[in-house]
Amino acid sequence: MNTGVKTYDENEKPQFSETTMAEVKRVIGLFPEGKQKSALIRILHIAEEEFGGWLSVPTMNYVAEILNIQPIEVYEVATFYTMFNIDKPGKVVLEVCRTGPCMLVGSDNIIEHIENKLNVKVGETTADGMFTLKTAECLGACGYGPMLQCGKTYHEHLTTEKVDELLDTLRKEHSTSSNS
Amino acid sequence: MGRKLLLEHVNVPGIETYEVYRKNGGYRSVEKALKTMSPQNVVEEVQASGLRGRGGAGFPTGMKWSFLAKPEGVPRYLLCNADESEPGTFKDRYLMEKLPHLLVEGMIVSSYALGANQSYIYIRGEYMFVLEIVEKAIAEAYANGWLGKNIMGSGYDLDLAICPGGGAYICGEETALIESLEGKRGNPRIKPPFPAVKGLWGCPTVVNNVESIAAVVPIVNDGGAEYAKIGIGKSTGTKLISASGNLVKPGVYEIDLGLSVEEFIYSDEWCGGIANGKKIKACVPGGSSVPILPANLICKTAEGTDRLMTYESLAEGGFASGSMLGSGGFIVFDEDQCIVRNTWNFARFYAHESCGQCSPCREGTGWMEKVLRRLEYGQGNLRDIDLLEEINKKIEGNTICPLGDAAAWPVAAAIRHFREEFEWHVTNPDEAQKRNFGIASNHMPLV
Ligand SMILES: Cc1cc2nc3c(=O)[nH]c(=O)nc-3n(C[C@H](O)[C@H](O)[C@H](O)COP(=O)(O)O)c2cc1C
Ligand code: SF4
Ligand code: FES
Repeated sequence: MNTGVKTYDENEKPQFSETTMAEVKRVIGLFPEGKQKSALIRILHIAEEEFGGWLSVPTMNYVAEILNIQPIEVYEVATFYTMFNIDKPGKVVLEVCRTGPCMLVGSDNIIEHIENKLNVKVGETTADGMFTLKTAECLGACGYGPMLQCGKTYHEHLTTEKVDELLDTLRKEHSTSSNS
Repeated sequence: MGRKLLLEHVNVPGIETYEVYRKNGGYRSVEKALKTMSPQNVVEEVQASGLRGRGGAGFPTGMKWSFLAKPEGVPRYLLCNADESEPGTFKDRYLMEKLPHLLVEGMIVSSYALGANQSYIYIRGEYMFVLEIVEKAIAEAYANGWLGKNIMGSGYDLDLAICPGGGAYICGEETALIESLEGKRGNPRIKPPFPAVKGLWGCPTVVNNVESIAAVVPIVNDGGAEYAKIGIGKSTGTKLISASGNLVKPGVYEIDLGLSVEEFIYSDEWCGGIANGKKIKACVPGGSSVPILPANLICKTAEGTDRLMTYESLAEGGFASGSMLGSGGFIVFDEDQCIVRNTWNFARFYAHESCGQCSPCREGTGWMEKVLRRLEYGQGNLRDIDLLEEINKKIEGNTICPLGDAAAWPVAAAIRHFREEFEWHVTNPDEAQKRNFGIASNHMPLV
């Protein structure tokens, strides 16, 4: 479980782009009249993607408004599910699976290697705001471990060399893109 | 051995697309059911097949379907459980990624059997890339007239959608899944009422695992009796096994139930034996929630008979010397693995995933994690081992949902079979702090 709602920026006024709003409406339409709250989790994923990888209080209030539910109903859900970030993470979030089957094939070494390489501990973000290192519980890739998830992508059969390569690629990809 | 009912076409290039899937016999079961069978006929075929739920509990699917309440004028729902978060389990992902149309096809036939006009697939949020694949298949099925109004002129209407979770193991529990699908925290409900009476939005609901629903396709195509010919006794049909850990060839395999465990682990057709020429120390055959088996009880039961991949054979010996088939998450430990570390690792998983509603589970899983952690790091004492057993007893049977038991039983089993290894961690604290145990459990012969 996440720990709680912390950050609040009154000046931030989130607004989905037109295409995203169309997608949000499609998702709401998957449920019967009056059951629009069922779309909440999907919309929170969409909101994270649109608004810099996390859910600020204004973002959550905005989602509540769209679904015509109370803000507290959104906070409750956003703090229950581990995938949602209540604090702003780095540009790139690395989630290394730490559960049994991955541990049997060396996830401990992978986590340690990334910690050393990036000079952070699990849960921390690098000083340049580029990487946040997290651990995750079994991600359904146990036969292809060690593995880590980055965004929607699974990186499997990891070795320390592959991790180094991946970090380089990610750094290049994201140092040019702006941090929204 | 080696019949493929679900994965037959898995290696056909383009099988994830509608055209290729259809060319390879896809959607035949929908044609057959909607044109020649009543919903009741479909339920009867599933009953005749002996299919048991593939999500973990092994409850007969046909029987579950027959319990569905059918009050006049109230909608009924079929929900597919694609939450797949039990450590060691990754078969549903494989099936959905490779054969998304098989799941869609199974959903249509199963929804028809249950009289549901709206069905949902609930998939764990981390599988967003799989969600996109299945959502594309659903769109193709709509475009080709297999979903929507008046499917194939039969008068039957069905809408199907897929929805993500947000990262919570507990949402695999069926009532937590329903809560989550209603857009709430995944807190399991007190049963009764059971979902068959009051489920999604208070309406009668059936929740089935991905693999159970996919299996309905060959059952309808070939008949329940034909399906029941595969397997032994009450373990009929084929089963997807997710094999992980220290194996030469980990991965997803479709086996005939009844295959011997020894053949599954060692034959080249399957896992190809233990990686790096090592020996086997232990095995968790059905996902992290089932009891661990020490080397001498994996391929043979305590009676000395061959252990088979069936619900019954894996459970032979009860908790004293058996385990469970569970979800088919088959995790293999080589001689270098530390049982205490793994037990701690799993306990940490359950402590992390407890939804926090009941104190015995919320507090108990946390305590177990702490006690195991200090044992693993050589800071425990011998009383801690008994303390774990005590905590266990306080959790067991005192919780709203089975997560509490799922957390407690593996710890009990590990202590039962590997007590000496736990004691060793207390008496050799310096050694214990080094990561690898390295010494095979000395009282157990390795295989
Ligand atoms: C804590 C917990 C987690 C579960 N996780 C899953 C899961 O990820 N997938 C699944 O199919 N069933 C899971 N189940 C079992 C479901 O509650 C339910 O029994 C199952 O989906 C029924 O489908 P079946 O009859 O087709 O097996 C879980 C149960 C519990 C108690
Ligand atoms: S047993 Fe644990 S997971 Fe299940 S309802 Fe109680 S606290 Fe939640
Ligand atoms: S244990 Fe890492 S993906 Fe399952």
